[in-house]
Amino acid sequence: MQVKMKGITKAFGENKVLRGVDFSLEAGEVHALMGENGAGKSTLMNILTGLHKKDSGEVWIDGEETLYANPKEAEEQGVSFIHQEMITWPDMTVLENMFMGKEVQNKMGWIQNKAMEKQAEAVFNELGIDIAFDRLMKTLSVGQQQLVEIAKTLLNDAAIIIMDEPTAALTDREIRTLFTIIRQLKEKGVAFVYISHRMEEIFEISDRVTVMRDGVSISTKKTTDTSYDEIVKHMVGRDLEDYYPQMDNQPGEPLLEVKKLSHLPAYEGVSFTLHAGEILGFSGLMGAGRTEIMRGIFGIDPTDEGELYLDGDKIDISSPSDAVKRGIGFLTEDRKSEGLILDFSVKDNISLTAFEEFSTKGWIDTKEEEAFVDLLIKRLTVKTANMELPVGALSGGNQQKVVLAKWIGAGSRVLILDEPTRGVDVGAKREIYNLMKELAERGVGIIMVSSDLPEVIGVSNRVLVVHEGTISGELSRDELSEERIMTLATGGK
Amino acid sequence: METKSAAITRKKERRSDLYRKLGPLVALIILMLIVTIMNVNFIRPANLLNLLRQVSVNALIAFGMTFVIITGGIDLSVGSTLALSSALTAGIIGIGVPPVLAIIAGLLTGAFLGMINGLLITKGNVAPFIGTLATMTIYRGLTLVYTQGNPITGFGGGFAFQFFGRGYLFGIPFPVIITTVAFMILFVVLHKMTFGRKTFAIGGNEQAAYIAGIKSDRVKTSVYAISGMMSALAGLILTSRLNSAQPTAGTAYELDAIAAVVIGGTSLAGGKGRIVGTLIGALIIGTLNNGLNLLGVSSFYQQVVRGVVIIIAVLLDRKK
Repeated sequence: MQVKMKGITKAFGENKVLRGVDFSLEAGEVHALMGENGAGKSTLMNILTGLHKKDSGEVWIDGEETLYANPKEAEEQGVSFIHQEMITWPDMTVLENMFMGKEVQNKMGWIQNKAMEKQAEAVFNELGIDIAFDRLMKTLSVGQQQLVEIAKTLLNDAAIIIMDEPTAALTDREIRTLFTIIRQLKEKGVAFVYISHRMEEIFEISDRVTVMRDGVSISTKKTTDTSYDEIVKHMVGRDLEDYYPQMDNQPGEPLLEVKKLSHLPAYEGVSFTLHAGEILGFSGLMGAGRTEIMRGIFGIDPTDEGELYLDGDKIDISSPSDAVKRGIGFLTEDRKSEGLILDFSVKDNISLTAFEEFSTKGWIDTKEEEAFVDLLIKRLTVKTANMELPVGALSGGNQQKVVLAKWIGAGSRVLILDEPTRGVDVGAKREIYNLMKELAERGVGIIMVSSDLPEVIGVSNRVLVVHEGTISGELSRDELSEERIMTLATGGK
Repeated sequence: METKSAAITRKKERRSDLYRKLGPLVALIILMLIVTIMNVNFIRPANLLNLLRQVSVNALIAFGMTFVIITGGIDLSVGSTLALSSALTAGIIGIGVPPVLAIIAGLLTGAFLGMINGLLITKGNVAPFIGTLATMTIYRGLTLVYTQGNPITGFGGGFAFQFFGRGYLFGIPFPVIITTVAFMILFVVLHKMTFGRKTFAIGGNEQAAYIAGIKSDRVKTSVYAISGMMSALAGLILTSRLNSAQPTAGTAYELDAIAAVVIGGTSLAGGKGRIVGTLIGALIIGTLNNGLNLLGVSSFYQQVVRGVVIIIAVLLDRKK
């Protein structure tokens, strides 16, 4: 299948999301679609699959002007969109999920499991995946669920598969499996649109890259003819020579000491010291136990043994409220389910950790609260029309700033940041790095868990690498390189 | 581009917020107008005061229920809590405990029963619907055991207890005054104090609230204790008015209370709601009952009408 989209425009109300976009897709290619959040990538793909109606422009498929009425029709014609947040039925089986809405039935309306299993097996064999059909969807890892989604598209003889941030929640091993499968299908002529923020993956898997910005396609190039810097430049519309700020913060006295912290089977014997004014990177493969260690320190999950010292004094933390009281803040990996109350206003989210700043004996002083929040919004340059706006209406980068504002407002001296720039666009990323630097200069100790290697190398004073639940190595800033980190992360010396 | 779409969202938010705030009030006014047109006796002060007194029992229970529902929970045990705390109060007055002390004991009993619900839900990790369904029958059963299935009457209680449900202050029925004061206190707690903010936070996203350092178990347990205490307060008014504690008192009261909360625009999903809405919701239900009685509509039809009103309220709420 071959797609040509020409001069596509689309507005939601007054908001012009697409302003004349050209995009093409050839059979058997992986075409990366990049751009900051809000650039219009998903909208463009939703127009292709018939979820949205274009305002003007043309869509040609295999030389014919085509308009799918809805995503279901597109799917039946072989164009499938695997969304970032997959829609699955967690309490139903793999087989039931795969055939949802298109079950094989006999004349009496009985569902024919045998026939469905046969079809599913053919697809599973083709992809080389091995998941029992009768397993409940919720017992699968995110990576496995995604493979089931891909298998599902093949039941429809998919010729085009659109993937939105497919690797966001996958472990490295799962990413490898996914890429192998993408390559296999490519051979058979399946075309992929690959939407992602992850630069290394783009260079590994894609044949061409299209960069979008503000509803316009800025450039389409062969991946081999472009570079990291060029893509970033096109995405943000300016040079990003100093993408990472000059980190000249000086670590001081020991602030938080962790001694022999264990919680089997997730991690064991974890010891390290965080200094005041230090940015301590935590690197490792997904599933190595980094997030679990942080959750243990912060008191979200119990620990089996281990001791924590703050300023040299032993402290006990058995719940997050203990940690918050001690001046520890935790920006969680999953902003939407753990970091924010999406229906709450920007103000109410920020003020959640700092009631004592503007209340006496449980009474909230509204004026003081507003002044307190206003100050933080200005300091972090949160882009919001006003502080009463529900936080769910903000962009990913601004939501992340709200979470940071919450912890800065709480007066945290130890800040644990778990994937602080995930799902955040390039501009906001830079602002977050600058903020981290500023905090470190004021003596805040920052632990940054990150899977983005350039980021870890760019902002950390020191990096600890976690491998299978233990710290496998420590690298000072001078020793940092992607190779060194990956060697330690995969169990090498 | 972003600011524009943000402005649009804000406009929409504001409009839906306005509907949410004014919708139930407008419905109440229209309802009162209709009833007045059909029977002018409705609007007479004597009838209106009577209406307010009738509403007070349900309103008090519904105020507590509002807190519970905002956390994303539900309290089915309110009717049984009402009965058990009323029976105990009447019982100890009967054996000579001073009425004021007995009233306090009754309220504490309600709070204690609510606290048990809270502990069951937080420490026992039982779903609120199931936990309070169980305590609903336990508390009812204990009431029947304590009363031997018979109403407790003739316990006296002197002026103080009689005044509680039947007295007038400046021409206003005392239960109405109690309800007004309770409303004002709970309004402040819910909308002006950190406790209320935490209550909303738990309903909005319990995990995020927990990680922000909010002791969600403690807040939730307190919320169920408030619900229990408000039920006990409603029960004392009822007992005083009837001059008897019925073992079956308060049966199915949870339904009217939930209805008042929902009509008032509080979301059963938690995180959103207003206690003013609950007050209006209780008034709407009260006006319906009172008005339909005045109009001579059979009580069979009244039930149908009440159900229809709940459906309309929820549908209107969803439209926003």
